Amino acid sequence: MRPFTYARAADAADAVRLADGGRARYLGGGTNLVDLARETVERPEALVDVTGLSTAIEEIGGGLLIGAAARNAAVAEHRAVRTRYPALARAIVAGASAQIRNMATVGGNILQRTRCAYFYDDGSRCNKRRPEQGCDAIEGFNRGHAVLGASAACVATHPSDMCVALAAFDATVHLRNADGERTLPITDLHRLPGNRPDLDTVLEPGELITAVELPALALAASSAYRKVRDRASYAFALVSVAAAIEVTDGIVSDVRIALGGVAHKPWRAWTAEAALRGGPATAERFRRAAEEELASAVALRHNAFKIELAERTITTVLTDLAGEQP
Amino acid sequence: MSENHDAARPAVKTAVGPAPDDWGPGRAPDPLSRHRSGTIGTRVSRVDGPLKVRGAATFAAEFRFDGMVYAALAFSTVPKGRITELDTAAAEGAPGVVLVMTYRNAPKITPLPEWYTEGKAVAGDTLPVMQDDRIHWNGQPIAVVLADTQEQADHAASLIRAGYEPEPAVTSFEQAKAAGRHPTFHYGRPLKTEISDAEAALAAAPVKVDEIYRTPFQNHNAIEPHAVTLAWDGDELVVHDASQAVVHTAWSLGYAFGLRQDQVHVSSPYVGGGFGGKSLWSHHILAAAAAKLAGRPVRAALTREGVYRVVGGRTKTEQRVAIGARPDGGFDALVHTGVVAMGRHNTMPPEPFITSTGSLYAARSFTLEVEAAHMDMLANTFMRAPGEAVGSFGLECAIDELADRLGMDPIELRVRNEPERNPTSGLPFSSRHLLEAYRVGAERFGWTERSPRPGTRSEGEWRVGMGVATASHPYIRLPGGEARITLTADGRVIIDVAAHEMGMGTETTTAIVAAERLGLDLDQVTVRQGDSRLPGLIMAGGAQQTAVIGGAVSAAHRALLAVLIELAGHDSPLAGLRPEEVGCVNGGLHKLEDPSRFESYTDILARAGRGEVSVEASGPPPLELTHWSMRSYGAMFCEARVNAVTGETRISRFLGSFDCGRIMNAKTAASQFRGGIIMGLGLALMEETHLDERHGRIMNPNLAEYHVPVHMDVPEIEVMWTDIPDPHSPMGAHGVGEIGITGVGAAVANAVYNATGRRVRDLPITLDKLL
Ligand SMILES: Cc1cc2nc3c(=O)[nH]c(=O)nc-3n(C[C@H](O)[C@H](O)[C@H](O)COP(=O)(O)OP(=O)(O)OC[C@H]3O[C@@H](n4cnc5c(N)ncnc54)[C@H](O)[C@@H]3O)c2cc1C
Repeated sequence: MRPFTYARAADAADAVRLADGGRARYLGGGTNLVDLARETVERPEALVDVTGLSTAIEEIGGGLLIGAAARNAAVAEHRAVRTRYPALARAIVAGASAQIRNMATVGGNILQRTRCAYFYDDGSRCNKRRPEQGCDAIEGFNRGHAVLGASAACVATHPSDMCVALAAFDATVHLRNADGERTLPITDLHRLPGNRPDLDTVLEPGELITAVELPALALAASSAYRKVRDRASYAFALVSVAAAIEVTDGIVSDVRIALGGVAHKPWRAWTAEAALRGGPATAERFRRAAEEELASAVALRHNAFKIELAERTITTVLTDLAGEQP
Repeated sequence: MSENHDAARPAVKTAVGPAPDDWGPGRAPDPLSRHRSGTIGTRVSRVDGPLKVRGAATFAAEFRFDGMVYAALAFSTVPKGRITELDTAAAEGAPGVVLVMTYRNAPKITPLPEWYTEGKAVAGDTLPVMQDDRIHWNGQPIAVVLADTQEQADHAASLIRAGYEPEPAVTSFEQAKAAGRHPTFHYGRPLKTEISDAEAALAAAPVKVDEIYRTPFQNHNAIEPHAVTLAWDGDELVVHDASQAVVHTAWSLGYAFGLRQDQVHVSSPYVGGGFGGKSLWSHHILAAAAAKLAGRPVRAALTREGVYRVVGGRTKTEQRVAIGARPDGGFDALVHTGVVAMGRHNTMPPEPFITSTGSLYAARSFTLEVEAAHMDMLANTFMRAPGEAVGSFGLECAIDELADRLGMDPIELRVRNEPERNPTSGLPFSSRHLLEAYRVGAERFGWTERSPRPGTRSEGEWRVGMGVATASHPYIRLPGGEARITLTADGRVIIDVAAHEMGMGTETTTAIVAAERLGLDLDQVTVRQGDSRLPGLIMAGGAQQTAVIGGAVSAAHRALLAVLIELAGHDSPLAGLRPEEVGCVNGGLHKLEDPSRFESYTDILARAGRGEVSVEASGPPPLELTHWSMRSYGAMFCEARVNAVTGETRISRFLGSFDCGRIMNAKTAASQFRGGIIMGLGLALMEETHLDERHGRIMNPNLAEYHVPVHMDVPEIEVMWTDIPDPHSPMGAHGVGEIGITGVGAAVANAVYNATGRRVRDLPITLDKLL
């Protein structure tokens, strides 16, 4: 591994100061950054350990505020998360392994990088790793790659399970840098690749995630997360769906849907939601809404199945949730 | 019998007489094969278990030498061409770096000969290692860095920059097939058999299947990545290796560096899984060369990626299976042909996927053939049940498809085609109880609950189906078995044999067999193995170690009886007896016909004034293989669930019912069967090397993206066995290490078909193939 300096931040202000406008990288559990540094994909010169920052999970205006340093396992086990946002708890435990979830932080999970094999391999071309270099995935192995929102420069997906549930629930991220603090809906945090796939997010250099806020959301209490993958555990999602639905007298009064494994960012299914709101809660309607959501999907050589798979999974998850409504 | 049901054991121990001189015709069976009073066949925990649990068993990457440095490799990123530029300056200047070795400064190394052509060669390919600027596969080592720590070596290796002048390379299978198909050989024999005109018989048959089945590239993923720790001592080379062929490796490393075999000492006391991959690869040679150049001992422990770049795996196959049948199910024609991808400089066989097809079914005509298409890639090699693991997928799926077409139960179809003799060689079977394995397996599994109509059973979103397939693996006993028995004055023995403990229980089984042959308790036997200075030339491959060691130890046992009777002399109760007349029991010898004529080993040695007696003998040549058709068999039963929404397949039940001769250790045999089945589930559902066909690069060289089953993928697996001794093998035993993976792919695919009505003919069965 290349040499780097290491400092441990005492608090958020200290972290931002130490990060020096992005010269240093933040280090959470290190389960992604250290891996990538070993592979020489990331070459940090300086690390600022932010695991000493807030790990609190606290009530805030009917919602929850989760410190960025909270471990993935702690969030998934938290009573309020399990009862009020069950899809979030399930999404987290559907990811990685128990050991990794014990190490991984919320901030690190949000900013984990794609698992595209060509991004990892120094012997391949990758626009995300080296801008303008070209992309070997587009004509290569792309079974796991994006079908929505991809570009001619990049077809990578965002791999997080947790973020899919956060996107469905309109979570916001609390950010801080030298100029001050701001919040951002998580759905606006990650970018589509366009012609700058090297930029995963809209964060400024050195900007720190201090917390994630889940708004009060009654329908989240009966939410579901379904992850479809190549083996029963310890595999990234081919397609995943986080959803919650509220049905009143057979009519969809409110609905939240987000998809994982299909795009460069956790994919909020705005189109499907709009198509469903105010209409009858039937499997047929769910299916049609899913098809509308996927209408703009573009398949590569190996991943066409994801389109059908996403439609089916959305339909089934919504049908099951609607069936459970009182 | 199953792992949890031991046969009743008589309380009184009976004596074991000598085994026959050889296992040719006219010989009585090994008395041990019927010996029921000892520990054979019971559940014996591994003798090396406590060491491993304590972390006290030393593996190749745990040995150290004074002044040792650590190696890291840099790999090529093109499949073929010349290195035009190799910038090592930054690596040389990096902290802790002792040496950077490239083709420019590597010492002269002789390329190794092909397997079976000369001596004891065991290298994966015949290519020169780092002798010129040529690249032969994507991932070939281009530099070795030695440094004071592993981290320093890894970092320095990442600083090496290379430029290439690429040459046209064949890196896609389609391209390779178009360029030409070549005949293949297995153990020196052509992989081609023709009996009558199978194509004509097929054309005329009233019922037939004729399909193409495909299996992908796979890589080795033993829990212990390959590693070697070695040091030069003048003209001698001391090697701590992770090896399944210690003597072959000593010879081969000697050959590469112009040394005699005895100048290279290879030790490999424990190996964390071999599966056919732990032979000799370029990291061995590079480590020895770099150690020589630097004048320092070296540890070269491959990263997981390194294993994928340097060590070959199982190659890709494309198999045509065609069966022509009469309405009663009898086969008129059986065709199993196809092509495999192969490296250009392989020394090891192609994937011989037809080897069981010629002996399983009584067809009237056969065409069997494996051809190879050459690719510019790392040499492929053995991987658990070479040929059988993937060949059984094509064959046993085709049987299922035919049964479906005939409207016949697939087990019944197999019963109707059960041969009396080997249908292609004409040899009688030494021991074949496949139908018995089917009978007990089917009963235990509840086969009658299977619906013959596919897609008729559902539980919620899950479609449920059952499938069955035959498992099979050849009995192998290669020449070269030798063993030494040393009996000490305290009545204990040491068995010395250059065999290998790779986690499967060889040390324990060898101790069990020796204890029973010698009439001793298990704790009176010490087994020393895994060292090239011990007797024998034994490859831990082909599931042959039990038979090879058994044959050698039985020969040494005969020799020992002769020496002991001689030593006992005229004053002994044994006076005047011939070795054939005595048997071993209770720590001594007695006349088989007259147990009162007994004398203990300790008394014999004491009277003769000897501290110890040591005998060494070679196992007899494997005559049994020229007179009988010898195989292990099994019936694999699978219950699969396929999600109607997502296409995900999960296995809910699995049972393997085996006919593998007499089982030596119920505990370790069950683990081998079960482990093989788990590996077979991986083969069926997820294992696949992503070789990017544009440039021959492996894109998933890690355990996150190369999927093997995790715990949640593995259901309850039941294993059982006939336990019928083979009258023509040492101890009546067969190997059990490889058969477990065979037939699993087909059993799963057949269950998936039964669940869904969808037939998947290319592995792995991923969900996209079932949507
Ligand atoms: C084998 C394996 C399997 C996995 N499987 C899954 C899976 O199935 N599903 C899934 O969702 N995930 C999976 N993961 C990924 C895992 O969830 C991430 O590695 C983990 O969440 C990252 O968290 P971390 O704290 O370790 O991040 P780190 O590695 O420490 O950091 C990741 C990134 O976040 C930045 N960062 C960290 N904290 C902050 C902060 N507070 N503010 C700003 N930037 C910050 C770092 O600079 C870095 O760029 C898997 C990982 C592995 C190794």
